[in-house]
Amino acid sequence: MKVRIGKRPKGDLVDLIERISGEDPSLCYQCGNCTAGCPAAFAMDLPPHQVVRLLQIGQEDMLLSSRAMWVCVSCLQCYSRCPKGVDISKIMEALRQVTLRRGKDGIEVKGLPVDLLSQSPQQALVAGFRKLVS
Amino acid sequence: MARIGVFVCQCGNNIASTVDTQKVAEEMKKIPGVVYTQDYKFMCSAVGQELLKKVVKEHRLDGIVVAACSPHMHEKTFRKACEAAGLNPYRCEIANIREQCSWVHHDKTKKTGTLKSTDLTRMTIERLKKNKPLKTINIPLKKKALVIGGGIAGIQAALDIAESGYEVILVEKEPSIGGHMAQLSETFPTMDCSQCILTPKMVELSMHEKVRLLTYSEVEKVEGYIGNFRVQIRKKAKSVIEDLCTGCGECIEKCPFKADSEFEVMKGHKRKVIYVPFPQAVPNIPVIDREHCPKFLKDKCGICAKVCGPKAIDYSQQDEIITEEVGAIVVATGYDLMPVESFGEYGYGRIKDVVSGLYFERLASASGPTGGEIRRPSDGKVPETVVFIQCVGSRDPKRGVPYCSKICCMYSAKHTMLYKHKVHHGQAYVFYMDIRSGGKRYDEFVRRAIEEEGAVYLRGRVSSVYERDGKVIVEGADTLSGTQVEIEADMVVLATAIVPRKGAKELAQRLGISYDTYGFYNESHPKLRPVETNTAGIFLAGTCQGPMDIPDSVAQGSAAASKVISLFSREDLVREPILAEVDERVCNACWDCYYACPYSAIEQHPLKGRDGSIVRWVARVNEGACQGCGVCVAACRSKAIDLKGYTDEQVYAAINALV
Ligand SMILES: Cc1cc2nc3c(=O)[nH]c(=O)nc-3n(C[C@H](O)[C@H](O)[C@H](O)COP(=O)(O)OP(=O)(O)OC[C@H]3O[C@@H](n4cnc5c(N)ncnc54)[C@H](O)[C@@H]3O)c2cc1C
Ligand code: SF4
Ligand code: SF4
Ligand code: SF4
Ligand code: SF4
Repeated sequence: MKVRIGKRPKGDLVDLIERISGEDPSLCYQCGNCTAGCPAAFAMDLPPHQVVRLLQIGQEDMLLSSRAMWVCVSCLQCYSRCPKGVDISKIMEALRQVTLRRGKDGIEVKGLPVDLLSQSPQQALVAGFRKLVS
Repeated sequence: MARIGVFVCQCGNNIASTVDTQKVAEEMKKIPGVVYTQDYKFMCSAVGQELLKKVVKEHRLDGIVVAACSPHMHEKTFRKACEAAGLNPYRCEIANIREQCSWVHHDKTKKTGTLKSTDLTRMTIERLKKNKPLKTINIPLKKKALVIGGGIAGIQAALDIAESGYEVILVEKEPSIGGHMAQLSETFPTMDCSQCILTPKMVELSMHEKVRLLTYSEVEKVEGYIGNFRVQIRKKAKSVIEDLCTGCGECIEKCPFKADSEFEVMKGHKRKVIYVPFPQAVPNIPVIDREHCPKFLKDKCGICAKVCGPKAIDYSQQDEIITEEVGAIVVATGYDLMPVESFGEYGYGRIKDVVSGLYFERLASASGPTGGEIRRPSDGKVPETVVFIQCVGSRDPKRGVPYCSKICCMYSAKHTMLYKHKVHHGQAYVFYMDIRSGGKRYDEFVRRAIEEEGAVYLRGRVSSVYERDGKVIVEGADTLSGTQVEIEADMVVLATAIVPRKGAKELAQRLGISYDTYGFYNESHPKLRPVETNTAGIFLAGTCQGPMDIPDSVAQGSAAASKVISLFSREDLVREPILAEVDERVCNACWDCYYACPYSAIEQHPLKGRDGSIVRWVARVNEGACQGCGVCVAACRSKAIDLKGYTDEQVYAAINALV
């Protein structure tokens, strides 16, 4: 993989994510505290600290093609552990918002097994759909 | 008959657990000449010392042996106690039965320990019997200091010494003092203008009545020893008579010829052939660069002499040799930067817009070649993307140096800020391996560069730098994201390794001080004697000792000065009398000792007859320079030299006590 950096490290998308989330990725010094405590990181293709790193160097494609944002359970563990006060849960949410607005969903509802749909509590389904589909 | 007292220390349980101290004491009583023995729990305690004094007086002892810990620990303590009791302190000897006996024997029956302690103490008693009372030596002291190098470290040292009322000679090889700090723009972590905080100190130094400033000069020869150094200084011909020159600069303005400016760093920046290195130079007296002046090359021109009002130009001026006597020397000769041409992948020398960190300082400096505007060398355009590369040569055991240059992390962060302050829309990138920003408010400074000034830091090294369509392409890695990166930049700045001054080793040899594998000068102890060298009376300040920043260089300058001041605050030098002594009746002037002595303490001395003519030559020991190492004693084939306090006779007596 090779990253090309032009005149600016940030593209429009990074700007947008910063605006939606209200977070400043430049504060992060890559200590790894967030990833260390994240209960979902084991299942992510990009651990939380690397999501922030890719924002710092403006790697939109890599960010958007990663499934980390869908795996994140919004537990705020990362935020509570971060010594610099970066709230990655908000960044994850911003990534989801941007992706959903582009018409790309995190799950395909049609593909979900009927068993799961019928056995899950109503609330969980509503919350899940709000988070994962446009 | 001798009247010797023996004290055997138990050192709590340190000695007593493997040595039967009472038995040792009893055994010693049997030795002829020993009139008193005792063992005691802690000889070094106040009570122990009082006991020693009391016994010395009551028993009219003429020598004592303390069997206890290493003489490095308490020899001084016991000798002081003897002196207080009216006994010559050198009539007190230590038998080391702790480090060399009890601590290394684990026999709890105490058999081996007791036996060995008995032997060691007996040997010391026999050695003491042959021992003579000695007196400390007082050596006169020249209360004048020499400081070599007029960078910030040397300036600080010289000012502190002068302020305390002692005379100082400062020797600087360039036409002006100031060193590297004069080249810097603003300084981390406070971002104050370097020249603004430096030049007042330069002026203060040059005006100080206790300071003699010798610029364009170098130390050629150093002889002597602490308190009494004789130095020879070559004052190079400036071709300008200093007393006449008013510093008006008319000569510089009218001089039609130019040469490369050392001060502006980058090749191609010119200065006149008669020049001062920079406008605020101290002293503000120009010198003629004879290598480039046609007057000296082919007897052409001579304009400066014509335009100089006070007639200060003197083409026939010669180098002057000045001899000075000083009591202490502070070495503050600073650093050089590793030449970057050797790192082909960064394109320095090949690509115009690849520059060194020091050049960037000049670019950002209001007095620099662009008046403080950041413009790239190739076409004078304002660069919109600048890549800074750290650790160029540093921490690179294979092709550079293995050590960290310590200041580049900080100044690269500073550079990104300076750049951003001047080019608001510009973007700075920094390639780094680690960020080393230990220091008061230092890490906060680096974070500011990143968080507030928007510098993007990439953790990794650069593999190549090349040109493409007027851009400088930098290829490297960012290990944090695990990717290769390619940056299209307009300019690249290299943070090159700090290396010792060219000629540092030669100067060290002249001074008789030691240096490490790189050529940085060695301190006497890395923690406890950080500004002393192993040569008494020579001290270190600043980056000649290793990479450091301005605050550290200044602190060291002051530290070295305080060592000099404390030396000068004594009436004269008091030395231990453990020194070599030549028996002139036996010496046959073969000079083996003269060549063997590492401190040049042996002098060749003529013995004269009644009519004043030289009868023969003998070796003599200079008591100021001799360190009592004993090398000459071993070298002397005629057995004419002995070490006072450790004579051959004493050593044989000790050995005989054993066999
Ligand atoms: C690019 C760059 C940026 C920097 N920025 C900062 C900063 O922002 N803040 C900071 O704290 N530090 C900074 N530094 C470090 C700073 O330059 C040094 O810490 C400081 O200048 C060291 O001072 P010094 O007196 O030890 O040595 P030097 O400044 O090198 O002075 C040594 C002097 O001795 C003279 N000399 C040498 N040999 C002899 C000889 N044989 N006889 C007589 N004279 C001799 C030299 O001509 C020179 O004048 C920077 C360094 C670089 C390279
Ligand atoms: S909010 Fe998301 S990224 Fe943060 S710890 Fe929880 S699961 Fe991990
Ligand atoms: S805990 Fe905060 S500072 Fe540390 S890596 Fe995660 S986001 Fe960055
Ligand atoms: S100070 Fe920083 S850039 Fe300089 S050598 Fe050390 S680690 Fe490398
Ligand atoms: S080595 Fe001995 S004999 Fe030779 S000069 Fe020195 S003192 Fe004299």
